[in-house]
Amino acid sequence: MLEELAEAPALKRVADALRERFGDAVLETVYERKELSFRLGARDLPAVLEFLKTGHDFNALNDMIGLDRLAPPGEGRKRFEILYQLYRFSDHRRARVVVEVGLSESVPSIVSLYGSADWAEREIFDMFGIRFEGHPDLRRIYLAEDFSGHPLRKDFPLEG
Amino acid sequence: MAFKEIELNMGPQHPSTHGVLRLKLRVDNEVVTSVEPVIGYLHRGMEKLWESQTYAQIVPMTDRLDYLAALSNNLGYVLAVEKLMGLEVPKRAQYIRVALVELQRLASHLAWVGFMANDIGAMSVLLYAFEDREAVLDIFEAYCGARLTVHGIRIGGVPFDLDETVAGMIRRVLDETPKKLADIEKLLNDNRIWLHRTRGVGVISAVDAVDLGLTGPALRATGVPWDIRRDLPYSSYEDFEFDVPVRTGGDVYDRYLVRLEEIRQSLRIVRQALDRLPPGPHLAKVPRLLKVPPGEVFHTIEAPKGELGFYIRANGTERPERVKMKSPSFINLQSLERMSKGYLFSDVVGILGSLDIVLGEIDK
Repeated sequence: MLEELAEAPALKRVADALRERFGDAVLETVYERKELSFRLGARDLPAVLEFLKTGHDFNALNDMIGLDRLAPPGEGRKRFEILYQLYRFSDHRRARVVVEVGLSESVPSIVSLYGSADWAEREIFDMFGIRFEGHPDLRRIYLAEDFSGHPLRKDFPLEG
Repeated sequence: MAFKEIELNMGPQHPSTHGVLRLKLRVDNEVVTSVEPVIGYLHRGMEKLWESQTYAQIVPMTDRLDYLAALSNNLGYVLAVEKLMGLEVPKRAQYIRVALVELQRLASHLAWVGFMANDIGAMSVLLYAFEDREAVLDIFEAYCGARLTVHGIRIGGVPFDLDETVAGMIRRVLDETPKKLADIEKLLNDNRIWLHRTRGVGVISAVDAVDLGLTGPALRATGVPWDIRRDLPYSSYEDFEFDVPVRTGGDVYDRYLVRLEEIRQSLRIVRQALDRLPPGPHLAKVPRLLKVPPGEVFHTIEAPKGELGFYIRANGTERPERVKMKSPSFINLQSLERMSKGYLFSDVVGILGSLDIVLGEIDK
C-alpha cells in the first residue's frame, strides 16, 4: 500500500523525514484509505511526536484512541494499542502514530507536548488501565474512584 | 479583613451546567484560581455497547450523544462506516444530508443562544430562540417522524426522499429565520448587561486553543479559521458556497458573534441544497446485514459543537472491533480552567455557557 503514498507528496516527505531521523525505531509505515500511520515502540513516542510537532507542524492532537486486541495477531505483538491522531492546519493533513503496549507496561505521557492529551490519557487509563508515566494527575475520569476493572478491556463483561 | 481561599462546588444539579456536570472551584475572594470539572454522571458505556451491536444498530444510539444535534452525530458515524466500506452515496442523498445537518446546526445554535442568554439573566431571548428552533424540529418531524432523537441518516443515504411538504416547510424557515435573528440581535448586541458579561470575559489565545484541542466556533473565535466543511470537505460540501466566520477576540462575546453568523451561513447552504437538489435515488443499495472489510478509519465532521470524529476498527464481521468517538464537548470542556482563571466566580457561568457543551456527548 506504501506505493500509493507517492500520490500524496506532502505526506511522503513526512514519512521519509521520519525514517531518515529515527531509522529502525519506526517499525512500520502504513498508508491506507488516504490515512498515514506510523507504528513505534512506546519508548520512542515523545521524541517522534516532538519531531512531528516542531519539525513538521503537526501542532494539533485531535484524538487519542485506546484499543484492546486481547489476542494480538502475529508473533511478539502486544495486547493494547494507543493511537495518536495528529493534524496540521497549514495543509490540512493528518497523521497517525501507533504504539503497542503490553499488559503491565506504561507509556510516556505527552501532556507537556499537547495540552489536549491530559483528559485523553485519563480516559484511556480509566477504560483500559494503561498508565501514563509523567502525567500530572492520572486518575479515573468517567468512573468512580472505587470502581474496579477497566470496562473497555475485551475481558470485561458486557453484562454484570 | 483578610479572606482566604475557599473551595466551592457547582453542580451536579446546578441549572447552568445543563445536565449533570460538577465543577470544583477554588476562589480567592471572588476571583477564580482553579476549576476542576467532574464528569461521568451520565456515562452509559456507549463505546463498550457498540462493540456488541451491528453497524446499523449503532446509528440510532448516536442520537443520544449530542442530543441537541442528533443528525450531526448520525452523519459523523455513518460517513466513517461508508469510508471503511468504500461505499458511494448517491448525490441526492448527500445534498439532503447537508440540508438536514445544516438545519440541525441552526437548531443547535439557536438553543445555545437561548440558554446562554438565560444563564446570564436575559430570559426573553430563550423564548424567541426556542420558537425558531421549534420550527426546525417540526421539519424533522415531518421528514422522519421524530423531533429530537431522529435517526434521520442511514448507512448508504437517507431513509426518505425530501418531498414537497417538507421542502415547503424548510423554505418557510429560510425566509422567517433572518427576521427572528435580527430580533435576537436587537435584544443582545447592544445590550449593556450582555456586553458587560461577555466582552473580554473568558479570553483564550489561539495558541492555547490549539494546544488544548479546542474546535468549532470556540476555536474560530480566537482567529483560527478552521472549518472542516471547507478544509476537508465531506458529503459534497465542496459544491456549496459559504463563508467561515472568524473573530479574533477569543472571548465569550466573539463566540456568540461567530455562532450567530454561522446560523446565517447555514441558511445559505440549505437554500443552495434545495435549489440544486440533484435527481436520483436517496439511498444506495446496501445489504441488510453489513459485513465491513477489515481495516481502520478516522473520519471527522464539523458538528455544531466542533470537530466530531469517529474512529472505527473493523475485523471483517458484522460488528465493529472498536468504535471511538471524538467528542467535541469533551475536548472543549477541558479548556474551561484556562479560560476561567483570573475571572470572577460569576463569570464561570457565562464562560461555561459559551463553550456550548452537551453532557450526553461528554460522558458517552
